[in-house]
Amino acid sequence: MTRSIAEIQDEVVEEFAMLTDWVDKYEHLIDLGNSLTVIGNIHRTDENLIKGCQSRVWLYAELQDGKVRYAADSDALITKGIVALMLRIFNDHKAEEITKASLGFVDRIGLKEHLSPTRSNGLVSMLKQIKFYAIALQAKTA
Amino acid sequence: MNDAELKSTLTINNTAIRAEFPILSRKVNGRNLVYLDNAASSQKPKAVIDTIVNYYTNEHSNVHRGVHFLSQLATDKFEEARKKLAHFLNAAETREVIFTKGTTDSINLIANSIGKTLKKGDEVLITEMEHHSNIVPWQMAANERGAKLIVAKVNDDGSLNLDDFYNKLSSKTRIASVVHISNALGTVNPVRELAKAAHEKGALLLVDGAQSAHHMKIDVRDLDCDFYAGSGHKMYGPTGIGFLYGKASLLEKLEPYQGGGEMIAQVTFEKTTYNELPFKFEAGTPNIEGAIGLAAAIDFINTIGMDRISTIEKQLLKYAHNRLGEIEGIRFIGTAKEKAGVVSFLVDDIHPYDIGAIIDKLGVAVRTGHHCTQPLMDKFGIPGTVRASFAVYNTFEDIDILVESVKRAVNMLRK
Repeated sequence: MTRSIAEIQDEVVEEFAMLTDWVDKYEHLIDLGNSLTVIGNIHRTDENLIKGCQSRVWLYAELQDGKVRYAADSDALITKGIVALMLRIFNDHKAEEITKASLGFVDRIGLKEHLSPTRSNGLVSMLKQIKFYAIALQAKTA
Repeated sequence: MNDAELKSTLTINNTAIRAEFPILSRKVNGRNLVYLDNAASSQKPKAVIDTIVNYYTNEHSNVHRGVHFLSQLATDKFEEARKKLAHFLNAAETREVIFTKGTTDSINLIANSIGKTLKKGDEVLITEMEHHSNIVPWQMAANERGAKLIVAKVNDDGSLNLDDFYNKLSSKTRIASVVHISNALGTVNPVRELAKAAHEKGALLLVDGAQSAHHMKIDVRDLDCDFYAGSGHKMYGPTGIGFLYGKASLLEKLEPYQGGGEMIAQVTFEKTTYNELPFKFEAGTPNIEGAIGLAAAIDFINTIGMDRISTIEKQLLKYAHNRLGEIEGIRFIGTAKEKAGVVSFLVDDIHPYDIGAIIDKLGVAVRTGHHCTQPLMDKFGIPGTVRASFAVYNTFEDIDILVESVKRAVNMLRK
């Protein structure tokens, strides 16, 4: 059975709880960033670009078997690690579930500064965009 | 020369100066703060903080109105601050100094007031290294009046291409607006020569002094610039206060762009006549606390002496270049011969955000990103840089910690 968004978030929080200091957390994020299967060139377009002052994020989504499948990338590695976590949490869920999901994990794993507007790294806008995609895809299937 | 040899040739002796800044003894992420984001905003000495507290505790009232004791006191302090600033800039007259919110506000004031006089076909000349605040106001003014924004090129080392600047100055140029010290590159532009060249073509010159007023002695009469804009918070003063110097003969001719209280001589519903300089350009209640705090910052600078400040910062810059140069794959952005206050760099193809985020955890505050100079970053084909910028209270140890922190970040990110 597919796990819910909340369950996957709990799993991520647990995973990070084992990493006691920031160095371990950042190294884990860097590993996640490096292993992210990035968005294909065909979708790495200006249209799918979320501009941050600091780093940039590309995000694309489509429906596969009634579930939302996201693809993303970032030009900064730490941002990309957080992007990878977000995709792990939201991918392969129904649009309806995504639109309703709350996203507490970034705060719970001690990385909330990366979602601060002053960082301007594209992540806050990415979160909004993740939900916009879900709403748009939901409308398409309705 | 190795580090030890280099260090022995450099002495800065700024322990006592450093002790004046309470914030520098705080911890960040459990470590001693290493503050190297001074080009964004400098920290404040105790004298400035105390002056502001004392102002609100003992001296506050509105200025230029009211006959009561406190109004007179606040007005005296406010106008003393103007006098001090005029002296600091070596302006010919105190009324040539207008208080604004900051450099951006000062440039907007001139772009709007001069903007009203622009005609179709007129040109405004800027350079590729300008901060957005010295691009956008001119773009807005030019668009509104059918004038053209012309951009002089920057060389690969980050210096201004002087030939291109001189070639682009013409009888159509109404004003050239140029940064004195580039916030992204540290390049010091030869504004005296630029002013001379502009005047020969009948154009005016505005100097964006946001990064220069606290690094070098400013003498607006010697520079012979027509306008000079600066920000209090970059020169150890409070935020929200800045200034515009302008030659009196020019300011007198310009129309104000903001209307309100203080700036008027007489108001009827049919017509308003404006107050005299500098009040004509200061509509509304000004930032009184800011002006008085800025005056305290100028006292602080004067007590140390600008020559000593420049010497300390030059040594820090030299040491930073040398030590950062040890890092394999480092690339300095901006290596002009005349440079001050700023080291901008990239390491390999590592994104500046990643380095900034990691060294923040090590207590090191730098700026990463495009530094509000997007066209300049586009020119160099980079997403931004890591920028360390210095003030009089920084030490060689700060730079040592920066270098070790960057090395650690690079090791983590290269894996």
